[in-house]
Amino acid sequence: MYSSISDGLMVAAVLGYMLAMIGYAVEYAFGRQGVVARIAARKPRASRVLVTAGGDEVVETAADDTGDDDEPHRPIDAGRAAFIGRIALVVQTLAAAAHTACLVFRALAAHRVPWGNMYEYVLTACLIATVAWLVVAWRRPAVRHLGLFVSLVVAILLCVDAAKLYATAGPLVPALNSYWLVIHVSAMTVASGIFLVGFVTVALYLIQERREAWLAADRPLRFPLTLGDRLPASETLERLGFRIHALGFPIWTFGIMCGAIWAEHAWGRYWGWDPKETWSFIAWVVYAAYLHARATPSIRGRWSSWIAMLGWAVMLVNLFGVNLVVSGLHSYAGVG
Amino acid sequence: MSETGDRGRTDGDGPVLADDPSTDDTTDRATDGAAAGARPVLEEAGREDENALSSRPDAAAARRVAGNGVLATGRRWWRQLTSMRTALLLLFLLAVAAAPGSLLPQRNLNADKVDTYFTQHPTLAPAMDKAGLFDVYSSPWFAAIYLLLFVSLIGCLTPRIRVHLRALRRTPPDAPRALRRLRVHTEYASGSGAADAAEVARKALRGRRFRTVTRRHDDGTVTVSAEKGFLRETGNLLFHFSLVALLVGVAVGAGYGWHGGRLLMAGKDNAFCNNLQQYDEYSLGSRVSGGDLPPFCVTLDRFHAKFQDNGQPLAYSADVTYSPDGGSGGKRYKLEVNHPLRVDGASVYLVGNGYSPVFRYTDRYGQTQTVVSPFIPSDSNFTSDGVAIFPDANIDPKTGKRNVDLQMAFQGVFFPTVSKQGGHGSTFPGLRDPAVLLFAYRGNTGTDAGVPHSVYSLDQSQIQNKQLRQIGKNPKLLRPSTKCTAQSCWKLDDGTTVQFVGVQRWATIQVRHDPGERIVLVAGVALLLGLMGSLTIRRRRIWFRFTPDGSGSTVSAGGLARTEYAGFRAEFDRIVDAAGGPARPPDSGTPRGKD
Ligand code: HEM
Repeated sequence: MYSSISDGLMVAAVLGYMLAMIGYAVEYAFGRQGVVARIAARKPRASRVLVTAGGDEVVETAADDTGDDDEPHRPIDAGRAAFIGRIALVVQTLAAAAHTACLVFRALAAHRVPWGNMYEYVLTACLIATVAWLVVAWRRPAVRHLGLFVSLVVAILLCVDAAKLYATAGPLVPALNSYWLVIHVSAMTVASGIFLVGFVTVALYLIQERREAWLAADRPLRFPLTLGDRLPASETLERLGFRIHALGFPIWTFGIMCGAIWAEHAWGRYWGWDPKETWSFIAWVVYAAYLHARATPSIRGRWSSWIAMLGWAVMLVNLFGVNLVVSGLHSYAGVG
Repeated sequence: MSETGDRGRTDGDGPVLADDPSTDDTTDRATDGAAAGARPVLEEAGREDENALSSRPDAAAARRVAGNGVLATGRRWWRQLTSMRTALLLLFLLAVAAAPGSLLPQRNLNADKVDTYFTQHPTLAPAMDKAGLFDVYSSPWFAAIYLLLFVSLIGCLTPRIRVHLRALRRTPPDAPRALRRLRVHTEYASGSGAADAAEVARKALRGRRFRTVTRRHDDGTVTVSAEKGFLRETGNLLFHFSLVALLVGVAVGAGYGWHGGRLLMAGKDNAFCNNLQQYDEYSLGSRVSGGDLPPFCVTLDRFHAKFQDNGQPLAYSADVTYSPDGGSGGKRYKLEVNHPLRVDGASVYLVGNGYSPVFRYTDRYGQTQTVVSPFIPSDSNFTSDGVAIFPDANIDPKTGKRNVDLQMAFQGVFFPTVSKQGGHGSTFPGLRDPAVLLFAYRGNTGTDAGVPHSVYSLDQSQIQNKQLRQIGKNPKLLRPSTKCTAQSCWKLDDGTTVQFVGVQRWATIQVRHDPGERIVLVAGVALLLGLMGSLTIRRRRIWFRFTPDGSGSTVSAGGLARTEYAGFRAEFDRIVDAAGGPARPPDSGTPRGKD
């Protein structure tokens, strides 16, 4: 009963995310261009300096900004696009509420925290990513249209989750029956959700950075660089990406440490190079490399961001590759 | 001046803005000229600062000092090794090197899988073995990577301790001449005289736990310099050295730790005592000998398993009696997954369980023998494989002579719940309808030869060389009973019988002692604290300059965040506010965006 309510809410949440995605796409395509991006388009070098100078984050208006829309004719005007974007944000928020309820019912059905198998794990990580994003989007309307990317990634992950990883709600196997499940897995999930948002930010940075370079060189832009028209300046994205990762990394570290303590209780050793442990360690090392790279001026920026992208790739290997292909002590995925 | 020139642009238009030092150096490893960008401003902020930012002398200068020769080459290599780029490279190598261990079978995880791999890839496997690919995490090349990484870490961080200690003792430098060139700055007029206004500002800064210095200059101006956020570097150093401590903890565990595994049959007569002879497998740290094991004993009284209807296990628990220090008298404990028994500095874990069918064989002379054989589960419904061997079967009681050709062996598959069609797999992990499918063998079982091989399967070589022959073609399915019935007994061709008497439980326990664990835990906590400090604390400076102006003074204030700090301006504004300045600065560089 609870379990089927949960399944229904899951579908509702996915549909909501898709709807929000469409709304964001409209805003993205027809909305008012981000002020910074417009300046970047006009005078890439100058804007760079100004934004560096700003140091404050997403929107740094410049003194010469007149604020009027000098774009050519569009089928939907900017005001209406913004309105649609606001609706998309509301829809996404509602979907997140359904998503939350879905997990609550899952928990009620199974009488435990809703992250005992891989289906639930992905479900929770996606909710955290969405909530993290919603916090940003409500506070900074200027970046709202970027919700397109977040809802896109989340919708895809959830569809894969429902199609490939679904497991019926039930109690836990003995090894998972511990309060460490709550601590360890929630830390891992929260960190994964944060890294997901970090990945999206860094990916956008890489697009924007390339676009700015091409603009400066007067090279014609093609997709995906044209996406950058509506993105904040690359410096801003880069800094945001760093802050997100700097938030996720200690949580990931904490999660691994809790995992080690739990492993000591359950398996009799705190570390044993089980595949999941190994890949968590690799992800940790790669993100540590990112933090180091970013502290090295000569490779900060493009290179360090590629390392963050690599970190996310490792996270995906850990989530899908290790759970579905390699077998180890962590084989609780409940699939196959 | 700058080491790499990466950020060291000092050309005309707005160098201060372009090279804003508020861009951070996250983990603060001042290499590769990480600090170069900050110099144009900081030069004014106080000369001695250069050292605070860069842990080592200028590269060009160093080259001059080093000169040529062996020492110089050594220094160059050392410098290379302790550079950030090398650290990055080693981090990557470590990540890459860790990967094959999760893709190839590893001895420490599953030695059987390694053997399987050898049979599947007979030519490739030995070469891979030489390269340590089946023991990645204890291979020399893996060790080389992390040891180099740690050498690099220590080499890079040690000088920074000195630098940091010096920075901790130093007072904040005097205000730079042109405070207005700082990105975060403001100017205003104060009604009170320079000295009084400065005192108010100093108090405001002290109240926010800045270190402050007030300086009076000959021309009557008073400056207040303040600095905060030293814990960032403290955290950074703590983090990195915790990593070293963690490695030490791991090494201590490897040297002084030991562990062993043992399959324990339920029942009083099956007590296990902690010494090497009683382990099925064990591993001792390099600095431990068998005599160092504490002499406690453990008996498995009962084993409980609870399953859901779909077969998923709900709970396993083992009632054990144990006697610390090998003494008599038992204490009871309920051993569970996630609930180890700690005794005499060692921990006892419940790691596995299964069934042991009990067989009774009645031989040609009417002698009966009973064997309890642990069977090893092969699926989640506990379909289990094992053997029951009777090496002493068919000994003529008159002569007492053993006849190896008449030894008996049974190979079987046990089903806690046999499927309705019989055979082929258990349908439930609990004992709903237990049965065993037996294959009978007669002949030399090979157990006398002293060649060790698995106790859970028959010696295949004996079967191949026809010394051990199967009796009949077909196996027989038996159900347990204490009475010999058609269901539970199998009469063999020579008139002897084998009876499936019942089922017992076994559990595998793992005993482990790791003295490094505590070090690792403490290091881990310190690591996390350090990490949070180094990622969240920002080092920043704020200066006020009060110039007497009539009865009041004009005030110029500026701030500099050494590390990325989006909220710096807001903090600065609050401080200026508290120091008696404008609530909303009339001009503070670039105006803020909306929201
Ligand atoms: C050294 C220790 C450990 C490390 C580094 C570690 C690492 C991780 C990571 C990275 C995840 C999240 C990613 C994913 O699921 O793909 C995860 C999830 C999980 N871990 Fe651990 N873990 C450790 C110990 C443990 C222990 C001792 C247990 C339980 C007995 C455990 C149970 C779980 C569970 C249930 C999940 C949820 C994901 C799933 O169902 O696949 N972990 N762990």
